[in-house]
Amino acid sequence: MIELHPGTRVIDLLNRRALYCGCALTLAFLIAPLVAIMPLSFNSGSFLTYPLAGLSLRWYSNLVTGGDWLSAVGNSLWVATAVAVLATPLGTLAALGLARLPRPVKPLVMTVLLAPMFVPVIIVAVATYLVYAPLGLADTYSGLILAHTTLAAPFAVVLINAALQGVDPSVLRAAASLGAPPPTVMLRVLLPLIAPGVVAAAVVSFATSFDEIVVALFLAGTEHKTLPMKMFEGARDEISPAITAASTVLVMTSLLFLGVVEAVRRRRENNITIRSGGK
Amino acid sequence: MSRNTLTAGLLLGPLVLLLLGNFLAPIALLLTHAVEDREVAAAWPRTAAALREWDGRTLPSEAIAADFARELADSLQAGTFAAAVNRLNYDSAGWRTLLARTATALPLPQGATLQALGRIDPRWTQRESWLALKAAAGPYTASYLLSAVDLRRSSGGGLERVAPNQAVFVNAFGRTFGISMVVTLGCVLLGYPVAYVLAGLPSRVANILLIFVVLPMWTSVLVRTTAWMVLLQSHGVINDLLIRLGVVSHPVELIYNRTGVYIAMIHVLLPYTVLPLYGLMRGLAPVSVQAALSLGATPLRTFWEIYLPQTLPGITAGALIVFILSLGYYITPALIGGPADQMVSSFIAFYTNQSLDWGRAAALSLALLLATGVCVALYGRIAGARETVLR
Amino acid sequence: MSLLQLLARSIGAVCVGGLLISCGNADTHRQVTVVGWGGSSQEAHRQAYWTAFARETGIAVKEDVWHGGIGVLRTKVRGGASGWDVVQVEAQELLLGCEEGLFERLDWQSLGGRAAYIPPAVSDCGVGSMVWSELFAYDGNRFQQGPRSWADFWDVRRFPGKRGMRRTPTYTLEFALLADGVPPEQVYAVLRTPAGIDRAFRKLDELKPDILWWTTVSQVPDLLASGEVAMSVTSPGRLVVLNHREGRNFRIVWDGNIHSVDFWAILSNSTHKAESRALLRYMKTPVHEMRLPEFIPTGLSNKASIAGLAPELKRDTPSNPDNLRHSVELDAAFWVENLEPLSQRFNAWLAQ
Repeated sequence: MIELHPGTRVIDLLNRRALYCGCALTLAFLIAPLVAIMPLSFNSGSFLTYPLAGLSLRWYSNLVTGGDWLSAVGNSLWVATAVAVLATPLGTLAALGLARLPRPVKPLVMTVLLAPMFVPVIIVAVATYLVYAPLGLADTYSGLILAHTTLAAPFAVVLINAALQGVDPSVLRAAASLGAPPPTVMLRVLLPLIAPGVVAAAVVSFATSFDEIVVALFLAGTEHKTLPMKMFEGARDEISPAITAASTVLVMTSLLFLGVVEAVRRRRENNITIRSGGK
Repeated sequence: MSRNTLTAGLLLGPLVLLLLGNFLAPIALLLTHAVEDREVAAAWPRTAAALREWDGRTLPSEAIAADFARELADSLQAGTFAAAVNRLNYDSAGWRTLLARTATALPLPQGATLQALGRIDPRWTQRESWLALKAAAGPYTASYLLSAVDLRRSSGGGLERVAPNQAVFVNAFGRTFGISMVVTLGCVLLGYPVAYVLAGLPSRVANILLIFVVLPMWTSVLVRTTAWMVLLQSHGVINDLLIRLGVVSHPVELIYNRTGVYIAMIHVLLPYTVLPLYGLMRGLAPVSVQAALSLGATPLRTFWEIYLPQTLPGITAGALIVFILSLGYYITPALIGGPADQMVSSFIAFYTNQSLDWGRAAALSLALLLATGVCVALYGRIAGARETVLR
Repeated sequence: MSLLQLLARSIGAVCVGGLLISCGNADTHRQVTVVGWGGSSQEAHRQAYWTAFARETGIAVKEDVWHGGIGVLRTKVRGGASGWDVVQVEAQELLLGCEEGLFERLDWQSLGGRAAYIPPAVSDCGVGSMVWSELFAYDGNRFQQGPRSWADFWDVRRFPGKRGMRRTPTYTLEFALLADGVPPEQVYAVLRTPAGIDRAFRKLDELKPDILWWTTVSQVPDLLASGEVAMSVTSPGRLVVLNHREGRNFRIVWDGNIHSVDFWAILSNSTHKAESRALLRYMKTPVHEMRLPEFIPTGLSNKASIAGLAPELKRDTPSNPDNLRHSVELDAAFWVENLEPLSQRFNAWLAQ
């Protein structure tokens, strides 16, 4: 942080106030839309403006009892879990392999592995649809899960790669020098050390699939409609408070995920502090 | 090959295979559609082959006419007729009725000759019709690529601009780049101060405030976009507030236009500039800044000449990420923008979903990929070998 | 239990829960997926036909919603994936789709024979589902002295406010010509000439800054009610339903309406063709067909149903001769011929 130069105190104070103000406004801008629509979901009327006609939980009960919202949630949960289960091991293995590559080849392979993150999603969606349709994979769960795994795996690679950077290689060497064969080193020493990274990768893969809309629009059929698809339809057809109710639920879920990842991170930091306490 | 590399290969194997088969191969296949022209050749193979040989200077031979008549009738049974008709109708309307009329008149009792075809419809005695068929005979064509930049082959064989009332794509690309630039600028200008302030706060406070940045990023794009749809309507929350505060007397148009698209896209993409900048700024040692100040430089000059250059890698990283993401953005402009705000991605979706024109969708995808590729290459050069972890 | 174990257990529970919820919708073997226009039209069909059909025959009825466009049908049939069986299509989509082999040819004998239906509702590949009109409407609370013609629709000075229009060239170009003073019976003759098309686009240029383009007709009631638009192109059914149900005051302008027939068609790649045919037979039986106008105003296609329908249920439909006085019948053949080039031009014009 730039320290105050004594001679320009006043100007700096104003600048600082302006800076803090601007920052606060921007932060408010970031969070306001999510928060502003939450009360609307409790509106007993079907309009989307304040003041509220009255308070009621009808839109939430609509979510639970109206058949298609519930099945959309079910579809999203099922697909996202499957994606997390597939993408995390794939990403872990790939990150482990990446760590062993000779230095010059690394960036090249990294680029290939991370490519899905940079290609516009619409192109991925269209291309996948082109290939899946004649194979009969469009309009199935498997096709959607496979496509989402391809999108989520790069995130897993990045996260586990970052976790690997934090591992002290001397621990691994110590284990090896004590006579442990390489697979044992991997399984019983390395994996527990990067466990928080693995958890984060699983959560991120889950979230990526759960929130994914573009590929789902092309690949999922009527019966596999996911939650984002249901919201997209609702947004195009008629915006009712049911969407704000669904949004509120999703924001709360995201907050939960954030909490989990943060808790895991804190735990890891505590562990490291404890472990390195003696150094 | 060392044992290490072998193990590495085995470990990387599964993911690389998945990416090859599920990502690279489909995209490669899509791109081939941008130059392939198969519908006519699939429906009327002998005619197409013969037309490729034909020099186009005089009318085609009777043999070609006879082959054509026979294959036309066959294609009706085989179900390939419709695709060929659609393909030809795209070049010029009128092919549909011409072919429908011809198909119903077959088989010709006296045998198929050019004369007989000409009696069904005079267009069959015109060289232009057969030239159009020849142009669509494939196997490759540049017409999709050309139409993606609003060009087409003129009758003389050169290139010419498409009629102004049909020219759509150059505008669309310009618009896509324009919107992406504005959004990137907005994100950088708004994100820099936030990252700056947060980087100067103690860690615990900053972590709490970071939730304001990270939570939107973790929330589905659809939730954020629909939230803006609710807020920006003529009688929505924002307009209501503005009217009640007396700022305006009647509702401001904030949705289904460019303004709404900017607001929503900046909101969605802002976290991608804040986080890299925050990470970078946190790690900066204050030494240079302190040195400059103690040597008598004004805060403004210190900022401009010392601090800003140090944060430049963060700015470029964030800016390029946002730019690349907004180039390909689909959902937010589709829901919040009007017809004059549609970006290239919505055209690609249109040609895939609404119109089933793989050629055009593929050509547009190729152009979009090239643009994105250039940006990624730039990013790679500027950022060096540094990896940026996004979360 | 450690955090990791807790996480593992929760993920497992979520997974099983998700499986259970989505498995609860497992397919029964006999089913048919019917695709309608959504909103109150879909609701009306469900109440009039589909719930009863499912109950009486034991064939499960799954629903989906679409908003038109021949390309969507091409994708569903030729793109390889479907899941759709019976689709409600507009007249020009029926003709095009029939030509392209997207639809099954119907067995008219099982439907009672072609003579039992009004001629516009008979086709090789489809049977008439609704007889309806595209016209415009406004909120009666907004304009006491309301607009009465397409010229009024174009008049933003006397009737300020935005105009909702459907985002296709179909109907839009015809309305532009009607607003420009072309008599209804000459609209398509004029449209068949290049000068006529230019004239329509020029007329649209006049109104363009004030047009709000909608893609799905269920957006219209919200747009009118919230005041986002002052008037909008629409089909009348949903608004009449809302007038009854929620006491609204939507007014419908029948002058210059374009009437047409929507058809039921069976997709040629449907995997439930027998059930689809059963559904069509059920819906077209006069005693069943007559139920639909009770839930949404619509003209019917079976002559016996039309004869047996109470007059007040025909009032807001094209079956009422009063409503046909200055109307145009949709020329489906014209649109089959010209939809592609005109769509190109229309999309280009929109984007400028």
